[in-house]
Amino acid sequence: MIGSLDRSRVFILALLAALALLPILATLGGEEFYIGQFRRILIFAIAAISLDLILGYGGMVSLGHAAFIGVGAYVVGILVHHASEETLFLGILPGTFEPLIAWPAAMLISAALAFVIGLISLRTSGVYFIMITLAFAQMVYYVFVSLRTYGGDDGLRFRGGDTLAGIIDLGDDLTFYYVVFAVLLGVLYLGRRLVRSRFGRVIEGCRENERRMRALGFPSYRYKLAAFTIAGGVAGLAGALFATHESYISPSIMHWTRSGDLIIMVILGGMGTLYGPLVGAIVFMLMEKFLPDYTQHWQIVFGPILVLIVLFAKRGVFGWVLPPRSGGGHG
Amino acid sequence: MPLLLFLEQTLNGLQFGVTLFLMAAGLTLVLGIMNMVNLAHGAFYMLGAYFAATLVPLTGSFFLSVILALLGAAAVGLLTEMVALRTLYSRDHLDQVLATFGLILFFRELVKILWGPIAIFMDVPTLFSGRVEIVPGAPYPVYRLLVLAVGVAVGAFLWWLITRTRLGMLIRAGASNREMVGALGVDIKRLYTLVFALGCALAALAGVMAGPLYVVDIGMGDDILIKTFVVIVIGGIGSVRGAFVAAIIVGMVDTFGRILPSQFGLSATIAELAIYILMAAVLFWKPRGLFPAAG
Repeated sequence: MIGSLDRSRVFILALLAALALLPILATLGGEEFYIGQFRRILIFAIAAISLDLILGYGGMVSLGHAAFIGVGAYVVGILVHHASEETLFLGILPGTFEPLIAWPAAMLISAALAFVIGLISLRTSGVYFIMITLAFAQMVYYVFVSLRTYGGDDGLRFRGGDTLAGIIDLGDDLTFYYVVFAVLLGVLYLGRRLVRSRFGRVIEGCRENERRMRALGFPSYRYKLAAFTIAGGVAGLAGALFATHESYISPSIMHWTRSGDLIIMVILGGMGTLYGPLVGAIVFMLMEKFLPDYTQHWQIVFGPILVLIVLFAKRGVFGWVLPPRSGGGHG
Repeated sequence: MPLLLFLEQTLNGLQFGVTLFLMAAGLTLVLGIMNMVNLAHGAFYMLGAYFAATLVPLTGSFFLSVILALLGAAAVGLLTEMVALRTLYSRDHLDQVLATFGLILFFRELVKILWGPIAIFMDVPTLFSGRVEIVPGAPYPVYRLLVLAVGVAVGAFLWWLITRTRLGMLIRAGASNREMVGALGVDIKRLYTLVFALGCALAALAGVMAGPLYVVDIGMGDDILIKTFVVIVIGGIGSVRGAFVAAIIVGMVDTFGRILPSQFGLSATIAELAIYILMAAVLFWKPRGLFPAAG
């Protein structure tokens, strides 16, 4: 038992160390291409971790999580766009190039949207919840498709917004990688604090038996809504990072299949583990990147693999390293 | 709005409504009886359209092609159910979402391999290619009327099947208490497979009929799938009657949502929002839909 606990800790530390060293190794090996590639992966890992908070710990199967990434990305894109055009948003609000303003703004607005969507969606459960989150995400998607000012379907390319606090140049591949890595570490740290707190226990309790939690006097709806809002905000932060990473925003980032991809990342890595989604994001996005080199039709293989994973390997990559949870029933 | 335009759009709305109903009827049964989320339902809509678009030039007969396309989609559905979905009934919804998402990827890629990534077009069958003046001065395409008639006929057939036959009785019983029906000696597995194949055939029928009106491409199943979900949620999961009412409402809102904004100088995509706002409103007042199924 203690041996396997150590094993999972060693695994996590090795993984984080590898991610910390990756840009240096890539530069030494002359493969700088991997720095941008992995930065993108880490950004999606942040989004997947936020989904794990509600999916893995809260048992809320949200099929609309990509909407929050999209809104976060659009907040940054729109702010930078107005700053460079020197126009006002809705005729009142000036834009900004400063990520220290744009990123938190993205987080707040995504969280606010998650609050509103959660307010209605969490009144339902089960299949209804899955479909409603999907439908709301679709609604957000179409709002941005219809916004012609910001490129509509084609999206919007923008310049600037890549100098952090006036001194840190995010245009530099290596610097931006470490900024994203730092955000990831922060999210992992706070996420761990959260799931180990009383709040986190209540959320897990709601997953296992919501009625019992209510009987114990916990207003489960409010707890779930809080978790949903936090997850939306963190996904918005990931979206903000993504917008800065791409210097481009388009509705395709919140297409509903992207929400499906996020669920796959969480399951692939092992849900309810926080570190699992990080592993899942790495595995999924590397496959997405490199499998097409072997066959253009990689999805015809990947689809059935997914079915097999669901049927036989539910605990994910991380589940092989982590000991089975003892005492707490089935997790 | 001129009266003639209003009438024409009402018919369009009804026609889109019955298409949605064909999709929703199968899906709501699968959901209600088997408690199974099936994201891959749109794939059968797509397969139906592709089958028919391929068969029409080969056989030269629209009707024969439709029959064959339905049988083909039902066969694929049967196979999918037996190979992949059967083990998923007892799993939680998350597993079902993931596995059927995997199936979507599979079918989409399969279609891309077999038919190529480019959209194909299907002609309206010559017999129904004309227009008819229902109201003097407003010619309306015969084919759209045919779609409407088929939708209503299928609706009537399902009503008969579910309320008046032994199979329907078993379906209803299965929806309220699965274990009990099984304990009474009904082969529940076979019942599920049958219902699933029926749902696939209905989805394929919707796809076949939509083929000549829109375009047959790989993304065609996605858009309608999500609207079908909206219909099912509004109507109440497991309720075919609810699905019918909700499908007509959603079809109307969607159609008029496209026309009205342009009359006020707004973008037509804003129409896409209308049905989601409708859904949010319904769920806010009735979290289990308009016609919650018993149980």
